[in-house]
Amino acid sequence: MAAAAPGDLALIAKRWKDKRGSLIMALHDLQGRFGYVPRDAAQELGKQLNVPLARIYEVITFYNYFKLEAPGKNIISVCMGTACYLKGAPEIVAKLSEKLGVKAGETTPDKQFHLQQVRCIGCCGLAPVVTVNEKVLAKVKAADVVDQVYACAKGA
Amino acid sequence: MTVKAIINGIPVEVAEGTSILDAAKKVSVKIPALCKHPDLDHTAACGICIVRIKATGRTLRACCTPLENGMEITTHDPEIVNVRRGIVEMIMSKHPNECVTCARNQNCELQTMCADFNIHTTDLDNIVPDLPVDATTKSIVLDPRKCISCGRCIQVCQKDQNVWALTFMERGIETRIAPAGDISMAESPCVKCGQCSAHCPTGAIVEYDEGPDVWAKLADPELHCVVQIAPAVRVAIGEAFGFKPGTNLTGKIYAALRRMGFKAVFDTNFGADLTILEEGSEFVERFAHGKGELPLITSCCPAWVDFMEKYHSDMIPHFSSCKSPHEMVGALSKTYYAEKIKTEAKKIYMVSVMPCTAKKYEIQRSDDMKSSGYQDVDVSITTRELARMIKQAGIDMQSIPEEQPDHLLGAYSGAGTIFGATGGVMEAAIRTALKLVTGQTPGRVDFEVTRGLKGVKEGVLEVAGKQVKIAVAHGLGNVEYVINKVREAKQKGEAPPWHFIEVMACPGGCVGGGGQPYGVTDELRLARAKGLYQEDQAGMWRCSHDNPYIQKLYDEYLGKPLSEKSHHLLHTHYNPRPQYQR
Ligand code: SF4
Ligand code: SF4
Ligand code: SF4
Ligand code: FES
Repeated sequence: MAAAAPGDLALIAKRWKDKRGSLIMALHDLQGRFGYVPRDAAQELGKQLNVPLARIYEVITFYNYFKLEAPGKNIISVCMGTACYLKGAPEIVAKLSEKLGVKAGETTPDKQFHLQQVRCIGCCGLAPVVTVNEKVLAKVKAADVVDQVYACAKGA
Repeated sequence: MTVKAIINGIPVEVAEGTSILDAAKKVSVKIPALCKHPDLDHTAACGICIVRIKATGRTLRACCTPLENGMEITTHDPEIVNVRRGIVEMIMSKHPNECVTCARNQNCELQTMCADFNIHTTDLDNIVPDLPVDATTKSIVLDPRKCISCGRCIQVCQKDQNVWALTFMERGIETRIAPAGDISMAESPCVKCGQCSAHCPTGAIVEYDEGPDVWAKLADPELHCVVQIAPAVRVAIGEAFGFKPGTNLTGKIYAALRRMGFKAVFDTNFGADLTILEEGSEFVERFAHGKGELPLITSCCPAWVDFMEKYHSDMIPHFSSCKSPHEMVGALSKTYYAEKIKTEAKKIYMVSVMPCTAKKYEIQRSDDMKSSGYQDVDVSITTRELARMIKQAGIDMQSIPEEQPDHLLGAYSGAGTIFGATGGVMEAAIRTALKLVTGQTPGRVDFEVTRGLKGVKEGVLEVAGKQVKIAVAHGLGNVEYVINKVREAKQKGEAPPWHFIEVMACPGGCVGGGGQPYGVTDELRLARAKGLYQEDQAGMWRCSHDNPYIQKLYDEYLGKPLSEKSHHLLHTHYNPRPQYQR
């Protein structure tokens, strides 16, 4: 699963299951979480919402808003859920922002890193949490985050 | 309730809810339609069917507007015709000008429109989207450049077949048909039924053409080319030669195939009879002797098998292990027949002529399809491909005298022939099950509940004092209801809702197959099926077990149904498959 922290796809699916017209909202959440709509995540979401993948692709290719490809080689997601927020997520974002030279929601010009803030990804016990692609960093400290992220990055 | 209205000054009365398009037909007015297919719901995508409503002066689309009481409608005047011509010109402006090299040449709804509207020159630039051809399934070929975005294939694939392999991607002028994401059709859930190709108005989806390969093999002196024709082919191919739909051309097809160079002409109907002996025995084992799970589900449709493996693999224990009839004939042609004529199996080249695009996939489905030691069926061509080959060979189907098949693998009963229509396998199997259970010749051979075009047909039949509950489904979209009921009963530990289930992927069964001549409608499906039932009624033998060549095959070669040899040559296995390879 691309960049999925445990359970957090299930969280999105649960939020929107059995609600009318919820597919777009669920996909919105998915993109919010991953920076784009990864194919395997879309597949899993489809299974949980009982929506064929063909319908999902019809929707995500119809609206320009949805991205099908990762905006950067490494997706850094900083959880902004209450627990992470209180335990220093804003400082972590500030630190990464400063080092990478981009704001949250932006991609570095060399397309190596995409930095984003995401809604609660459902592992509050590990707060504050940062994910780099599929890797989950727990109890992150602002002072160490840059080194940790570089260590996780692929071929950067 | 009916509504009364006036179309082009002519009064018309139709049932409430009838579209203007259909109402007009009643007064001999043909409104052109391009996206609307008589089989399908309107998509209202093209706009060519516009008509003018007198009271408001507005134009409306006839395909999706129901006739209302008191409406006065003009369907044709110079202005309307001009708008229609404009629509065709617009479509052509992004369509490749490749008619002469297109598989649909002279049989294309768009080409016909161009001819009707006299589109000879146009002021519009021709900007054809640059999209690749997808032939990866080796069953159907997608050329999205030729797509006019009518939406028929998508409706068929998603709604009628419930496969969801195809969808529209992007929007506006960029709209294109494709499987979900940038994957090939072979990596998609496509089950190769070919219904998309049967409904496409243009050459954007066609069968994977293997006619040239067959010609090459026929010209190879080293090879001993043999052929078989499926039940549904005989009552449909005539449409390509000006015969009335449903005309049975069996003897003429045999003759044509011999002239093309085939050394032996077999009939898949023989294989159907054999399937009935094997599958009937399998049913009796499960039903009367409690060996194996009920319901038993038929397995002769490869698109259904593929669908089951991808979407309902929990049904595998219910599946008949029988191969489809043409695979059985293929295996026997390279064993039983090869021994008879003292020819090495590797020199035999077996061609199947099928109403079906999925059979192209089936022949390489698994190693079980090489039970003779070689690929049992070398190539499977569709009715459409054979029709073209007959034309290339310069054979006049109207006047060619009829011939007989090579009986060894070509003689058949009426039960074998009705395999081509939905319900036919069930009816044929019941005839033989009666014989197998009671040991007596069945007193009754006609089981009407299996016939007709209702999506799911259910019935209870008496077999040796016991009630056999049956269900027949055709069109994969109708399968869900049946399978869910089976699954539910299983979960609750209840008796199964049916004992025997027949499924055919194509609406109407193989007579409506994805490789049959174009233009299929229910009327045509019924006409073709009628041709098969007539042959059944007129046949010398009505039951598979009465076919003396089947008896001979068991005596000389197989032993008895479900013998070890039968299992090796005539049966197969199933495995769950992922819907998406990627
Ligand atoms: S062949 Fe059948 S399953 Fe495949 S795309 Fe066409 S309609 Fe869908
Ligand atoms: S491929 Fe054919 S049936 Fe499908 S939308 Fe295009 S033109 Fe219509
Ligand atoms: S119903 Fe017949 S023609 Fe259609 S996919 Fe099945 S076997 Fe082929
Ligand atoms: S036929 Fe009515 S809109 Fe295409």
